[in-house]
Amino acid sequence: MRIALAATCIADTLFPGAPRATVRLLERLGHDVVFPRGQACCGQMHVNTGYLDEAVPVIRNHVETFAPAADGEWDAVVVPSGSCTGSIRHQQAMVCRRAGLDDLASTAEAVSAKTYELSELLVDVLGLRDVGAWFPHRVTYHPTCHSLRMLRVGDKPLQLLRAVTDIDLVELPEAESCCGFGGTFALKNADTSAAMLADKTANVRSTEAQVVTAGDYSCLMHIGGGLSRQRAGVGTMHLAEILASTREEPTPLPRTRTPEVAR
Amino acid sequence: MSTFLGLPGLRRRVPDDGATAASAAEPWGAVPHPDEPLRWGESFPAAAKHTLKNEQLRKNLGHATRTIRGKRAAVVDEVPDWEALRDTGSAVKEQVMAQLPDLLAQLEENVTARGGVVHWARDAAEANRIVTEIAQAKGADEVVKVKSMATQEIGLNEHLADEGIAAIETDLAELIVQLADDMPSHILVPAIHRNRAEIRDIFLARMGDAPPDLSDVPRELAMAARAHLRRKFLSAKVAVSGANFGVADTGTLAVVESEGNGRMCLTLPETLVTVMGIEKLIPTYTDLEVFLQLLPRSSTGERMNPYTSLWTGVTPGDGPQEFHLVLLDNGRTDVLADEVGRSALHCIRCSACLNVCPVYERVGGHAYGSVYPGPIGAILTPQLTAASGGVSGADDVNASLPYASTLCGACYDVCPVKIDIPSILVDLRAREVDADRGKHKVDPWRAAMKAASWVMSDGGRFGLAGRAATLGHGLGGRDGVISKAPPPASAWTRDRDLPAPPDETFRQWMAEHEHGEQDGGER
Repeated sequence: MRIALAATCIADTLFPGAPRATVRLLERLGHDVVFPRGQACCGQMHVNTGYLDEAVPVIRNHVETFAPAADGEWDAVVVPSGSCTGSIRHQQAMVCRRAGLDDLASTAEAVSAKTYELSELLVDVLGLRDVGAWFPHRVTYHPTCHSLRMLRVGDKPLQLLRAVTDIDLVELPEAESCCGFGGTFALKNADTSAAMLADKTANVRSTEAQVVTAGDYSCLMHIGGGLSRQRAGVGTMHLAEILASTREEPTPLPRTRTPEVAR
Repeated sequence: MSTFLGLPGLRRRVPDDGATAASAAEPWGAVPHPDEPLRWGESFPAAAKHTLKNEQLRKNLGHATRTIRGKRAAVVDEVPDWEALRDTGSAVKEQVMAQLPDLLAQLEENVTARGGVVHWARDAAEANRIVTEIAQAKGADEVVKVKSMATQEIGLNEHLADEGIAAIETDLAELIVQLADDMPSHILVPAIHRNRAEIRDIFLARMGDAPPDLSDVPRELAMAARAHLRRKFLSAKVAVSGANFGVADTGTLAVVESEGNGRMCLTLPETLVTVMGIEKLIPTYTDLEVFLQLLPRSSTGERMNPYTSLWTGVTPGDGPQEFHLVLLDNGRTDVLADEVGRSALHCIRCSACLNVCPVYERVGGHAYGSVYPGPIGAILTPQLTAASGGVSGADDVNASLPYASTLCGACYDVCPVKIDIPSILVDLRAREVDADRGKHKVDPWRAAMKAASWVMSDGGRFGLAGRAATLGHGLGGRDGVISKAPPPASAWTRDRDLPAPPDETFRQWMAEHEHGEQDGGER
């Protein structure tokens, strides 16, 4: 397949490991990955903060950049993020219509129909469970709210992780509870967000995993930020980074902050 | 009257009922009774900052919500057609909203035909006046009450107290709240923020007739309340209730409760006054079939509701011989006029959304500054109190409520009538943002969002911005993280590290990767 990658703004600039791993993984599976350079952001941050007018040009850029997918030039668009996929699928057309841009809304819907979050692409479109990955580490999985409740990916990411050779996958207690990120919520309601994060990191640490993984680097930035501050010695990795890892080309464990005394 | 900016009214809510003067010195009530039950205290972030520090509260709430969540999940999972029931509940409520004027007229006609009296109240003041006048006409200086959100919303108890009429809450949890001179913090379990030991202390100090050796064993607490209330049930001439449902085609009202105290109020006194929000309508009697399945499982996690009272007008020789129905608008028709927000009126007050909300679970109900807390409160309260056009405006503390959510979606998943709370939250945020456009004050959020929009709407500009950010790669030092950032990022770095930017953006790497492919280098 010819697959267009929407890298997401946050991963492009802050967490390039996730889209890099997506490229490595899909190419290893025999697909062509294209990166349309016009892309920037899906508009989710603007929409969820209430700045719908400001979201319009951002959405227009995304929709126009990925419009060739609707015309069949690419077979699919893959997004290594549950919340960005959710915004593309459930918000972009609404924002366009609200601004009176019905044509753009229609194109947005056509593009979103071809757009998949990574685990959806692998399991639903490509029919895979075992992607040939090897990752000999103790891992716990946080399902992220938008993957779970907006996209309904269910246990697809877990199906993929369970098929990884030598992985020690441990269940995360209260996994379905939000980590408290919520985009600008983390700034506007910083205290509440931190209280939610404290419970999430405590649950992550209780698993004694080396790595907490998820399908969304925004949530991972939050959880990882908390773990790092606590010097918990637990790293964060995107699902793609684990699935891209092989014996020949293993993805190294992320650098973590550990207790001062241990250094 | 507007005293929500740090000057809440301090009227006593407890009927003077034998409590000693010393015990009136506020040992528990962190929440003085407000003049506006839908708008009190500070903005949500500020109020939450305080309530988060109350570790007892977080412990009580965490325990209580976890328990109710588990019960609800278990009894919902066993219903094979649960999703179909939700769809039906949602569709019925949509129909109600589409036909509200006709259905209300039908309800009035049927209640009147069966000997009831229907009153229309545009707002809280009118509703309070109607109830007060009925009680006064009966010469009552005391009324017993069935737990009711509508009467909490209009501050009926306080209004009656000002008129010299004591309103006695008979729901156990509502009684606890009333005795402590407190505000409810949950729609269904108003004293959810209290534990057993606190309840015992409240009873001992405020009930007047509690046994002096009262322990904190739940049964003992319930028996003390039972003895206290029994004499009120037998002496009161007037009862006041809310309604869970009003059936248009028969004129039947329904109250759904667990303790039987409601049944006592609805049957013993001579006069019954029911205050019902106009959105509580359902079209037909058979529609109850849907809601009496949805409500108990969603609210208390029970398969069937313990006490379901239905009455139609007046039945000679049986129950109250005078029945008044007060139909309350109080902002609801404004909400109805809004295409997106109106589905907030579908709410049947089950409180399932509160119990699953990770924000509510940590901050508690009082942080929302409204008798309607939690996710439903965050969409209902600002709509009910908004000035015309459905907007609160930045100066209104309720404008912060739509932001009191991470949009995690747990509320939408459990809502028995499928109210898409996250989408309404986003819509309300947009309304507030739009309302503040054109105001000439400096708004750092607006400036940042505008700038971000420009950068993020073009791949070239965004690529350059990303490349510029890589210059900050060194800021992370040895660990690769930033632990102290200037405002507004300081709100983040107070409790979390921030990753330093990478030395190369993804698109830079991808350019090299594509170049390598073209050279046949990499594959």
